Amino acid sequence: MDIIVCVKHIPETAEAEIRIDKSGKRIETEDLVFDINEWDDYALEEAVLLKEKLGGSVTAVTVSSEQADGTLRKCLARGADRAIRLTDETFEGSDGYATAKILHSAIKDLPYDLILAGALAGDDGYSQVGVTLAELLGIPHATMVKRIEPLEDNLRVNRELEGGLQEIVEVKLPALLTIQTGINEPRYVSIMGIRKARKKETKILGLSDLDLKEDDVGEAGSWMTVEKMFMPPVEKEAEILEGTPDEVTSKISEILRARGLI
Amino acid sequence: MPELFVVTEHRQGEIRDVTFEMLTKGRELAEKTNTDLRAILLGHDVGDHAKKLADHAEKVLLIDDEKLEDFNSEAYQRVLSNLVTQRKPSLILIGHTAFGVDLAPSLATELNLPLATDCVDLDFEEERLAVIRQVYGGKVNVKARLRRSECYIVTVRPATFEAQEIEPLEGEIIKIESPLLENIENKRFIEYVQPATGDVDITAADILVGIGRGIKDADNIPLIKELADTLGGVLACSRPIVDKEWLPTDRQVGTSGRTVKPKLYIAIGISGAFQHITGMKNSDLIIAINKDPKAPIFRVADYGVVDDLFKVVPVLQNKIHEAKE
Repeated sequence: MDIIVCVKHIPETAEAEIRIDKSGKRIETEDLVFDINEWDDYALEEAVLLKEKLGGSVTAVTVSSEQADGTLRKCLARGADRAIRLTDETFEGSDGYATAKILHSAIKDLPYDLILAGALAGDDGYSQVGVTLAELLGIPHATMVKRIEPLEDNLRVNRELEGGLQEIVEVKLPALLTIQTGINEPRYVSIMGIRKARKKETKILGLSDLDLKEDDVGEAGSWMTVEKMFMPPVEKEAEILEGTPDEVTSKISEILRARGLI
Repeated sequence: MPELFVVTEHRQGEIRDVTFEMLTKGRELAEKTNTDLRAILLGHDVGDHAKKLADHAEKVLLIDDEKLEDFNSEAYQRVLSNLVTQRKPSLILIGHTAFGVDLAPSLATELNLPLATDCVDLDFEEERLAVIRQVYGGKVNVKARLRRSECYIVTVRPATFEAQEIEPLEGEIIKIESPLLENIENKRFIEYVQPATGDVDITAADILVGIGRGIKDADNIPLIKELADTLGGVLACSRPIVDKEWLPTDRQVGTSGRTVKPKLYIAIGISGAFQHITGMKNSDLIIAINKDPKAPIFRVADYGVVDDLFKVVPVLQNKIHEAKE
């Protein structure tokens, strides 16, 4: 099975404090660590697991500057066979739709049976690129996938719904699936993997290599443009308990006692 | 007058809450922009749903077809693209849920209509749609504008707008013939899988101690478990803990897990992505311990401690233990 995985290189922000930069449209990223988007990490692992089971190939694709080479190297070291980086100045400012168009122009002429993407990216959180790409390619899709069972010419997949409920759907191949976290256990990068990765090819393609015009991409080709970024308004603010661990825990203990909780 | 569509989300015989939240927001926008609010209902044998929706919208557009019995994004997309092409609404609201993310992007792409996903607010400004979205796990908001269009599609974050009770409207139910001629072959619904029931029901607990990514390692769980035990409470968690299989899925609080409302919820090392917050924000008392002072969890907590949880929790454990003796 030939599989394409769409990945994104993003700053890790779950544990970090975030500041808005001077443009007012982006965050400051100098002090942040970048890595593969968490959902894409699971998608990559799922692709490699399917390849190990069924044979075939895995190609990792990203739309980014050369900054994303770290993520592509990780994909290659973890079992992808080749990588494609779609890089052009004109791609800057692309929303989910324009990003899907860029991916589409690069993927449409490649051989594939299955395309995997993360269900969500931890930065913009669109949950849009995968399904848009599927529609542009004219192939069926299923989102928020927690389990994949390959059948003859289709896949049986579990989709995660709300409240712990799942649904099972079957999609005909070729198809696109967006992968939810927790579907597998992403492996660590091995020394052997890193060595092998050095011999693998990373292709870099720009606007002129793709069947796209300048106004298909970037802000011109987008549905949505960011006007400004701002800190969320505070509707209710927690009373912050100040002091040493000893002092704050005494306060917590008093609060719980006053409410009859201890 | 142009129409404003709210696409009804229903599953296993129930209309999902997000539908009524969107109808409330849709009504406000319809009044402001001089459009007619329409509840769009696709399904099979869903007359009761239609009646309920008619209390909230002047017109319910009902497409009844046995091929729409269970949700299938391909079938929904065909019906909706047909309906949109015919009636040319100015705005379509869809929930940003497992249902909406499977449907909205492909519908928007097919019709070439600007789409904004996971919006927490929306409004028309100079005849263009402007939306507010949260990015970076809810730590920052973005205001974005959409390209000028006759029609927009927006997916709305659940539990963002409060569904308001209104005087029942006794709206009209208009049946529209299904355009689906043949079965959808490339995608098929098979069945639902109910969540596994474990040994613990976190929804029944009075005290929950929730852990998140901040606990770093499975080896640190006993530390928190001890605190939960001392409090007479139960250990719960956010999604990353279940993804790593450190705790079973029945401990997960949030949209994809359980919704809880204990007397006390202590959030430890949980930054507070909306998926988690939605599941616990109605707890009576919320105390959060997190080292990032701007973590979204502090926007729902009553009390907060900004510090390293590993410095605070052992001391707290001792204090509670002493107080209980």
